[in-house]
Amino acid sequence: MSEAGTLTWLAQHELRLSWRDWVALMTAGRRGRAYKVIIALAVFAACMHVFAYWLVAGYANVALTADVPTLVALTGTIAVAMSLLLSQAMESVTRAFYTRADLELILTSPVSPRKVFAVRMIRIACSTVLLAMLLAAPFIDVLALRGGARWLAAYGVVASIGALATAISLALTVALFRLFGAKRTRLIAQIVAAVIGAAFVISLQLVAIVSSGSLSRFSALQSHWVLSHAPALGTFFWWPARAVLGDLDAFAAVMAVGIAALAAAIVLFSRRFGDHALAAAGVSNATVRQRRWSTHFRRRSPRQALRVKEWMLLRRDPWLISQTLMQILYLLPPALLLWITFRDGNAAYVVLIPVIVMAAGQLAGGLAWLTISAEDAPDFVTSAPIARSSVLLAKIEAVIGMIALVFAPMVAMLAFDSLRAGAVLALGILASAAGATLIQLAFRVQAKRSHFRRRQTSSRIATFAEAFSSISWAATAAMAADGTWFALVPGLAALGILGGVRLIGPPRE
Amino acid sequence: MQSSTRPVALALRGLRKTFDRPAVDGLDLTVYGGEFYALVGPNGAGKTTTLRMVTGLLRPDAGTIAIESIDALADPIAAKQVTAWVADEAMIYDKLTPLEYLEFVAGLWRMDAADAELRARDLLGWLGLAPHAHERCEGFSKGMRQKVALAGALVHDPKLIILDEPLTGLDAASARQVKTVLHERVRAGGTVIMTTHILDVAERMADRIGIIVGGRLIAEGTLEELHRQTGQSGTLEETFLTLVAGQAEAA
Repeated sequence: MSEAGTLTWLAQHELRLSWRDWVALMTAGRRGRAYKVIIALAVFAACMHVFAYWLVAGYANVALTADVPTLVALTGTIAVAMSLLLSQAMESVTRAFYTRADLELILTSPVSPRKVFAVRMIRIACSTVLLAMLLAAPFIDVLALRGGARWLAAYGVVASIGALATAISLALTVALFRLFGAKRTRLIAQIVAAVIGAAFVISLQLVAIVSSGSLSRFSALQSHWVLSHAPALGTFFWWPARAVLGDLDAFAAVMAVGIAALAAAIVLFSRRFGDHALAAAGVSNATVRQRRWSTHFRRRSPRQALRVKEWMLLRRDPWLISQTLMQILYLLPPALLLWITFRDGNAAYVVLIPVIVMAAGQLAGGLAWLTISAEDAPDFVTSAPIARSSVLLAKIEAVIGMIALVFAPMVAMLAFDSLRAGAVLALGILASAAGATLIQLAFRVQAKRSHFRRRQTSSRIATFAEAFSSISWAATAAMAADGTWFALVPGLAALGILGGVRLIGPPRE
Repeated sequence: MQSSTRPVALALRGLRKTFDRPAVDGLDLTVYGGEFYALVGPNGAGKTTTLRMVTGLLRPDAGTIAIESIDALADPIAAKQVTAWVADEAMIYDKLTPLEYLEFVAGLWRMDAADAELRARDLLGWLGLAPHAHERCEGFSKGMRQKVALAGALVHDPKLIILDEPLTGLDAASARQVKTVLHERVRAGGTVIMTTHILDVAERMADRIGIIVGGRLIAEGTLEELHRQTGQSGTLEETFLTLVAGQAEAA
């Protein structure tokens, strides 16, 4: 055991907290689940290796001295990973700022706060790197198995970009704090994280659509324009890609940049981290005055009152705003493809409709969890003179209303070109959203809104059912758009999922 | 006034609820209209379970519940229409302002909008919350949150108000405001049932006190009547401890 108050002692403490946090996240706080989680993870890892083999085994023998198209593809993949890691790290840094937890204990203890926060930043970097490595591992393992040990250098590159992403996210979050203050930074940081996470992929898709009319981001990377404007082979721009291929000089340079950036960020920001965290903790006590369009009460039925309450809470939920924004961002490429399709008179609804139907299902699942499971005053609502079925109905209406608001413009746009396609899309969205909502209803548990990130671990059956239901409705809508009666098959499968959920869902009083 | 001639606000007969052990065990209890009734007992005595069954949050295993002569198990909606429940943790929404919360409550209880608004503004004024009427509850202290919850309980003018440890964690000023509002309510003809661990409060505020142990009512009455039962004089605390100790010995 290390001496109390030293860096290693603090690191051990942080490690223990991280480990318990991770175990709780995986097991949803149920001890008996540990062995099931281990088996599930092993099966998942095996499946991912099979998938990775199918996807990248053919590239294992790419030469160390690769050509420009190969380097562009590799660099593009690294940039996508970097944007996702940056988004993840920014979310972690924002959470670290706004979680009060042990902040007052730390700042009133005789341990140097700078030391504590330096360790905390390293913890964020480690969790970002670990997550990246876990996701990249199947691909790297397959490449190393087929192409030799030189591919193992990719682990180092992943670690380095994880460290770099943490450093940049620290700098970005601190900059947001200084620009906008503690009160607004949480919401802005969540939106920036969502945009960063999606921006690169979406930009590539937009370029691909404009240049080749395809949703594939790789078609953009391999376009003539990109290849002709790519930097010369000998420049530092290709170091990360070369490092992945096993070039030792490039590997050393990439590692040095990642570690140096993280060290610099820790040295620069650990001193002020405590001040910012304290300012952020004070935000929960800050007064938020609410501007109202009307200051007078309106007569409402109990169901109307519940719907209005849900919409008000959803509108004031910063997480939801960032997630909805991300959903809308992801819908931009299909929307652009839709516009190009109309322009060219080519009916590509079969590709577009399922994407939108699936997005509606996913968004509805999140909204349904927030309105049904994360009710802040469940006892109060139960003690009101309104039937339980009416309460649930009002909440379902609130979810469907929100979905209608988000997706109505796309339906209208499609209906403008083809009424039939618009109707299919509208029905698909309604079915997908209703399916996800009913699944959340069957698996509802009392929870806090702040536990949203963990909702998927509380019931994996609900998570998988929600995903398969959305996929089935997406397939139904795609086939219906194509005008085939085979649409009934995935439609019946989706109904079967709902029936199964009703059978295996937890019993209700 | 004789008890038999007074209207009954709440009548529990043979109420029973078992979890891993009996929490409420054949409880009989009568509270009259316009009465301030305090239900006291040691931890785990069954006070909160009893009140949760009365408010429709738990279904009893056996027994009957009548609120203002309405069978609460047969017609829970009608019973809830005349009842308000205030828990020890304020059940409010962080992202709503007190006025928005009261508008929501008014909707749930199907109130006329103009009446509800008038009452809501009056209540916020009485409870010292008027300057915060348009601020989100997320920044409020525990006392302010509890007062918002109390305003929510009173805005629909219930005949029966049930409170579970409403004074826990409140500062002296907030506690006094809550007590004053409850007294006003009783003076206006309402009925208040409250659980509390603060025996001084029960002694000073309640018309009658019920002592519950092991899910059963072991004693009930005014302070003088409880004194007579134990042959003691002095504070409620001494009487309470004697009764509870006697019950433990008997068990």
